[in-house]
Amino acid sequence: MTPKTLYEKIWDSHIVEQREDGSCLIYIDRHLVHEVTSPQAFEGLRLAGRRVRRPDLTLAVADHNLPTTARVDSEGRRLPIADPASAEQLSTLEANVAEFAIPYIEATAAEQGIVHVVGPEQGFTLPGTTLVCGDSHTAAHGALGALAFGIGTSEVEHVLATQTLILKRSKTMEIRVEGKIGFGVSPKDVVLAVIGEIGAAGAAGHVIEYRGDTFDTMSIEGRLTVANMSIEAGARSGLFAADEKTFAYLKGRPMAPQGEDWERSVARWRDLRSDDGARFDRVVRLDASAIAPSVTWGTSPDDVLPITGRVPDPESFADPARRESAQKALDYMGLTAGTALEDIWIEHVFIGSCTNSRIEDLREAANVVRGRRVDLHVKQALVVPGSGLVKSQAEAEGLDRIFIEAGFEWREPGCSMCLAMNPDKVPPRERCASTSNRNFVGRQGPGARTHLLSPAMAAAAAVNGRLTDVRELIG
Amino acid sequence: MSDSSRIQGRAYPLGRANVDTDVIIPAAHLKTITRAGLGRYAFDTVRAEVGNVFDDPRFAGAPILIAGDNFGCGSSREHAAWALADLGIRAVIAPSFADIFASNAFKNGIVTVALPQSAIDRLLAVAEADEIEVDLETMSVTTPLQDRYAFSLDPFRRRCLLEGLDEIALTLASESAIRTYEANTGI
Repeated sequence: MTPKTLYEKIWDSHIVEQREDGSCLIYIDRHLVHEVTSPQAFEGLRLAGRRVRRPDLTLAVADHNLPTTARVDSEGRRLPIADPASAEQLSTLEANVAEFAIPYIEATAAEQGIVHVVGPEQGFTLPGTTLVCGDSHTAAHGALGALAFGIGTSEVEHVLATQTLILKRSKTMEIRVEGKIGFGVSPKDVVLAVIGEIGAAGAAGHVIEYRGDTFDTMSIEGRLTVANMSIEAGARSGLFAADEKTFAYLKGRPMAPQGEDWERSVARWRDLRSDDGARFDRVVRLDASAIAPSVTWGTSPDDVLPITGRVPDPESFADPARRESAQKALDYMGLTAGTALEDIWIEHVFIGSCTNSRIEDLREAANVVRGRRVDLHVKQALVVPGSGLVKSQAEAEGLDRIFIEAGFEWREPGCSMCLAMNPDKVPPRERCASTSNRNFVGRQGPGARTHLLSPAMAAAAAVNGRLTDVRELIG
Repeated sequence: MSDSSRIQGRAYPLGRANVDTDVIIPAAHLKTITRAGLGRYAFDTVRAEVGNVFDDPRFAGAPILIAGDNFGCGSSREHAAWALADLGIRAVIAPSFADIFASNAFKNGIVTVALPQSAIDRLLAVAEADEIEVDLETMSVTTPLQDRYAFSLDPFRRRCLLEGLDEIALTLASESAIRTYEANTGI
């Protein structure tokens, strides 16, 4: 038999129908739903008189709109959301999940959180499954060996109605990183290096598989950070082979298989890796030891450099279009070519988002913050756990005290300052060191200036009030 | 659909690369529960620039948009396609498109035409003064200056665009295959 890649194995096992025009009807095992990209899909079902085919394979949770301030009063009563449009999106989701009998995690539940934190945490995300959500960072779930990708609202409606999607097979790209990552270097730095290497459109049309010993030794939470940002390199999905770490992470999770079913599942999941000799359409190799703590300087995630670098001179780019876009980026970011990245002062720090809000991220940041203070130059420093369960775990470990004593605000779970859909925003022309995933123009608020970095680097920036090489503060 | 195979008119010569969906429609405007009315918020940040193409009367109501590489990257928000459609755009011409955006555009009847950068450069120049035509039947982009560029379209998408097919209804016709799959896999 021809050796297959992991992607081809999952794809082949989910073909319901193969069409003459090359498209396939693909079965979708898992569907995560949130409040922003679903209202029009449910409305479409209602208008056409259609039902949700498999509510049991669907899970809904609100995250984008929820304020990260207290959600209940001292007597446990739910507090209203001040923004009427946000409140309506939440109430619309609640009405839709009730009407279509979809399992739903309430906004005030202990399990509530960012959809891409909740899925793995609940064991809803399983190896070898196809998983979709109306959100591009769905790629994150590939860390557990699921073929996971973001879809638009029309596709959300299609999945709700049919539990399938009409798709074409993607090309495959192996990203192989070998070697031990250096002191002070995080999985975030690894994925930023990958994006910097191949570019924001480098993996368009491809499904990435992350391979090599750097990823083999990486924790599941580190892999979630890496897979999450696959879309920032243009790939709709990023995959990791399932291994002992995957099984250990999932064992005992509420929605994961239990008992004998668990044993049978693990036996099946062991085959979820690319066969020896499997061919990828493209192969990219990186040396982990060459990756430094990194930060973005521009308005695209591939505008990334080691923290020891300087703001590039647009004239240094050979391509005229690239020169122009770099100049636009510097104008927007309020930066001058040649400035040392470590000399860039910041007013905001955001530790959170579906990329970096899990317990290991918070531990990594707390490790830098412990015994230190947020610099007086910093107007607001937020820590936003990815879920209620991450929050309570962090509190059990005393991480909340470390952050609060240093001058951080300790918030309720949600998407928060990643995308300016809730009250957490960066004001115009102010600068944020952010563990989120996008530094696009206006992403954190109109006119906001975003520098993407790891949780440890965000913590270091908070302590010094400027972008800082975290290696100066630890060890 | 009779006139759906040809899109003819002025084109916004936006040109720039990596136009992300936050630029097409910022998150502040995603708090809607309908598809309608997003056109007036489209390209908010671009429209803040002096001399931008969207407020240039020469291009008012243009059905075509010309952009650089990786158009529609970033968020999966279909609001970006709804905003473009509401703005009156029926075709986007660029060297490449982000995958999710291309899918969303197609579901809203917007054609994504991929052409090499050299053709884009030429069309950007032509668009300053002349109309452009996108023909789905012949899969070509033409100008009054005798330019002609062939493009390809996924056959399924082309058929849906030309015939205005309801994809969900098409899939529901495969109900028995879906049921068989579920039975065989025990899902």
